[in-house]
Amino acid sequence: MTTSLSTWEVSKQISEHVPGAISETTDAAIVVNGESLLNVAAFLKNTAGLDFDYLTTITAVDYYQYFEVVYLFVSMEHNHSLVLKARCHTRDNPTLPSLVSLWRSADHQEREIYDLMGITFEGHPNMKRIVLWPEFQGHPQRKDYL
Amino acid sequence: MQLRTEPYVLNMGPVHPSTHGVFRMRVTLDGEAVLNLEPVFGYLHRGVEKLAEERAYSGVIPLTDRLDYVASMTNNLAYVLAVEKLAEIKVPERAEYLRVIMSELQRISAHLVSIGSFTNDSGCYFTPFLYMYREREKIVDLFDMVCGQRLLYNYMRIGGVSQDIPDEFLPALRKVVKHLPGRINEYDRLLSENEIFLARTKGVGILPKETAINIGASGPVLRSTGIEWDIRKKDPYSIYDRFDFDIPTGEAGDCYDRYYVRLQEMRQSIRIVEQALKQIPSGPVKADVPQLIRPPVGEAYGHVEGPTGEVGFHVVSDGGIAPYRCHIRAPSLMNLTGLYDMSVGWKVQDLIVIFGSFAITMGEIDR
Repeated sequence: MTTSLSTWEVSKQISEHVPGAISETTDAAIVVNGESLLNVAAFLKNTAGLDFDYLTTITAVDYYQYFEVVYLFVSMEHNHSLVLKARCHTRDNPTLPSLVSLWRSADHQEREIYDLMGITFEGHPNMKRIVLWPEFQGHPQRKDYL
Repeated sequence: MQLRTEPYVLNMGPVHPSTHGVFRMRVTLDGEAVLNLEPVFGYLHRGVEKLAEERAYSGVIPLTDRLDYVASMTNNLAYVLAVEKLAEIKVPERAEYLRVIMSELQRISAHLVSIGSFTNDSGCYFTPFLYMYREREKIVDLFDMVCGQRLLYNYMRIGGVSQDIPDEFLPALRKVVKHLPGRINEYDRLLSENEIFLARTKGVGILPKETAINIGASGPVLRSTGIEWDIRKKDPYSIYDRFDFDIPTGEAGDCYDRYYVRLQEMRQSIRIVEQALKQIPSGPVKADVPQLIRPPVGEAYGHVEGPTGEVGFHVVSDGGIAPYRCHIRAPSLMNLTGLYDMSVGWKVQDLIVIFGSFAITMGEIDR
């Protein structure tokens, strides 16, 4: 059984290593600041005992006031998982750092989020539309689109 | 004499018999050697994730059929598991067994299709393909019996399955289960040691272990590299913890291993169906769930081991009758990230074999 790591313990570890990164911790997930996302992700990947080597899925949710990007990490070695979230509070040109340098599975998924939700991932090597054509206007997965 | 060659760009697809749907590979070639490859897709984009936000929870199930259309049952299952997790619904025993039987039959039928089309891509035109379809037909007949559909089943429901199996189903299933292992052995003998098949697939398109994890590969593509990672064992859903089965793995991570892992997985699926047939209880097949359910505010991720890999649904509820957000984790999309690593350095004719070994379905990549 894949065990969900205690978010409270992991968030304590994160705040020791990357101070000021955590903006909220709940039972289900850890919410981090956009600026510290890359550092936190690298910490999760490279720390012994956490070893999150597998990025299962990335998704973005539009809550009107903010966009929430949800990362689901799994460690194949320890068979445990963790949900990490990052928020963007602006509607025009929201940006987050890209995780492609750590997990290449982020490649297509971040492009898909950019295409459908309009969140730009800085540092992505190929940040362009993936399912819609290049001339397409708007980001249809947003709640205010149609 | 050394000939000077100049790299050029070739578009393979979107309408090309080897691309299994509408998929385009923008390949840079030097003579016949592949220098660079960029996958281009989206030709089948229907906006399933957006459509799901406008339907009641039960109305999303037919949409999931149309993602990986050779494996509708497992897509259905992944979605209903996510909603059941969110709404905390308990599923009756008999429905759990039916779900497992249908998922495993679906795995066999999808693997038959992928092995069949893979042999087509590797040069054994249509003879093995038609043999595989002969067997698949028997499984499709069984699905037809339980839900009246032959491709897009729409069989799973939130809280169970749509209807109980008819009386003639179990005897027919027993017959298929008795008959299949002999056929699989036959295909094993026909293909696995075939000189030409080995020459086309062995050592071709190798995916290193570390890359496989890093790109988020799952299913036979991941297991062919030697990693024993199967959601059915590692994070058992439904009642998979009650069955005894092995996870076949490869060693080299080449095209041959991907084929061979699939072939062995069919045998394991038959083992699971046999055990389920012995244990299946009688009783209701659907929990008492209202037509319009309103799960509490929150989010849940449900995942299953589909034929191509980990199929996952991330469902967010705002307490209304429709999902606030429904994200699909498509295994083929992640596996496709590795296409570049596998193809660069190989020749055009190998590219067809490498791409065929993914068993990709465009429906779930494009949504």
